[in-house]
Amino acid sequence: MKRWNSYFAPFILIFSFFVSWQVVAMIIAMPFILPTPLQVIAKVWDLKDILFLVHLPATLMIIVTGLALSIILGVGLAVWMNLSKTAEKAFYPILVSSQTIPIIALAPIFVLWFGYSIWSKVAVTLLITFFPITVSTFDGLRSSSKELKELLLTMGASKRDIFFKLNVPTALPYFYSGLKVAVTLSVIGAAIGEWLGAQSGLGYFSRRMMTQFDGAGVFAPIVLLSAVGISLFLAVVVLEKITLKWRKSE
Amino acid sequence: MSKASLQFENVSFSYENGHEEKEILNTLSFDVQNGEFVSIIGPSGSGKSTIFKLITGLNQPANGEIFINETNYSNRLGKVGYMPQQDLLMPWRTIIENAALPLEIQGMKKREAYDKVRELLVEFGLNGVEHKYPSELSGGMKQRISFLRTVLSGSNVLLLDEPFSSLDAITRLSMQEWLLTQWQKLKLSILFITHDVDEALFLSDRIFVFTESPVRKFVEVNVPLERPREIRDIHTPAVIEVKEQLIEQLRMGSTQ
Ligand SMILES: Nc1ncnc2c1ncn2[C@@H]1O[C@H](COP(=O)(O)OP(=O)(O)OP(=O)(O)O)[C@@H](O)[C@H]1O
Ligand SMILES: [Mg+2]
Repeated sequence: MKRWNSYFAPFILIFSFFVSWQVVAMIIAMPFILPTPLQVIAKVWDLKDILFLVHLPATLMIIVTGLALSIILGVGLAVWMNLSKTAEKAFYPILVSSQTIPIIALAPIFVLWFGYSIWSKVAVTLLITFFPITVSTFDGLRSSSKELKELLLTMGASKRDIFFKLNVPTALPYFYSGLKVAVTLSVIGAAIGEWLGAQSGLGYFSRRMMTQFDGAGVFAPIVLLSAVGISLFLAVVVLEKITLKWRKSE
Repeated sequence: MSKASLQFENVSFSYENGHEEKEILNTLSFDVQNGEFVSIIGPSGSGKSTIFKLITGLNQPANGEIFINETNYSNRLGKVGYMPQQDLLMPWRTIIENAALPLEIQGMKKREAYDKVRELLVEFGLNGVEHKYPSELSGGMKQRISFLRTVLSGSNVLLLDEPFSSLDAITRLSMQEWLLTQWQKLKLSILFITHDVDEALFLSDRIFVFTESPVRKFVEVNVPLERPREIRDIHTPAVIEVKEQLIEQLRMGSTQ
């Protein structure tokens, strides 16, 4: 009952949003500019083969590769900055200033470097998701309790013990927060990358439909992109629930 | 001939805060005999916890020597059992995982460590909670687990820093009785910090009182009570006399 209630409000909101969109789009009646939601759904159905078998896998490949690299490099850098003050001083300012670079402006350079291969899009995804993962993991590693650290020391704990038995478990919830932000950004990163130059992918397909003034065709891959983002987010939530069982009882 | 579990010989210690230096101990000497229960009382900020940090090896004395079981270790970390003021259980570990922590750090195999913890859980009357998380337990329970973890450090010397100060009066009394039982059964040497004069009288063989800052010498009080004790024993005239004396000394110490 309670569960149902918590879904009720957002459901009503989204439902009324789509109803108004449908009504407004029908009044305007220019489907190449603003298609109705029903037209978009019909379009997804029409194009289901090419969308699901060609463009969705291409985009997923970029997202998964970009996220995986981002996690490996981001967590690695966070651990390094945690272990070495010098590394922290060297990288932290660079990390923060890297976020002030408009990534869309940078993306053409990646095309220059990596051509139209998957790597130019992976680079955009990596750049956009790297920051939340690194910073949240680093903050998590840093936030472990001083009292617990002292207690472990009095038990004769080594640096390694403190890292694995205290710092890592403390950082885990922070890492998940960063990852939730990162997975939603990864979808944006992949789409931007594909706009700039690609032969396949949902972002590329959406842009191609734009040049053909096919309004519903522009929206159809976007529906899929957003579904990918939501699914990835939910996957992280599930992972979090499984690995952080103790949080439920708080 | 009983042996000393713990000895301070002319130990001096100061905290340095930037340019300021705050002297806490000045050539302090004392000892705790094997199997003895000694309490430390003193005003807040007098340096009680600092003594524990010196014994555990978290801090080093500027001068003097500290002996644990008659040995002057160059690295004291891991040599005594230390129970901090807050229970400090790890919220992400179940009870059994929390209690097994010192064994894990000593390099014991997980299964062996858990078996040992289970044995003690039963002995301490705590069976049935091993797979719960700390947040599911009451304050008294958490303190018991924290004590169990301290015992599992394997040392005969335990340092307890105000372990019961956050408990209500009834729970506290039952915890005190429980602690005395465990102390006698396990033949431990305990150094116990408290703010509560009654608690010190009920539990200890001797009481050390902070009366000066920095401290050069504790005022030492013997508790005139046999064992086993009951809580009403602290209302006998001999004990009340000692109590009044103690309170007088504490008052003098805090107005200095
Ligand atoms: N790390 C530190 N650096 C500087 N000064 C400190 C530090 N730790 C404690 N002190 C100071 O040393 C004094 C003694 O501290 P300590 O924690 O030993 O007191 P305490 O007797 O345990 O007090 P309480 O009863 O409140 O726990 C205090 O005045 C405190 O401000
Ligand atoms: Mg203290």
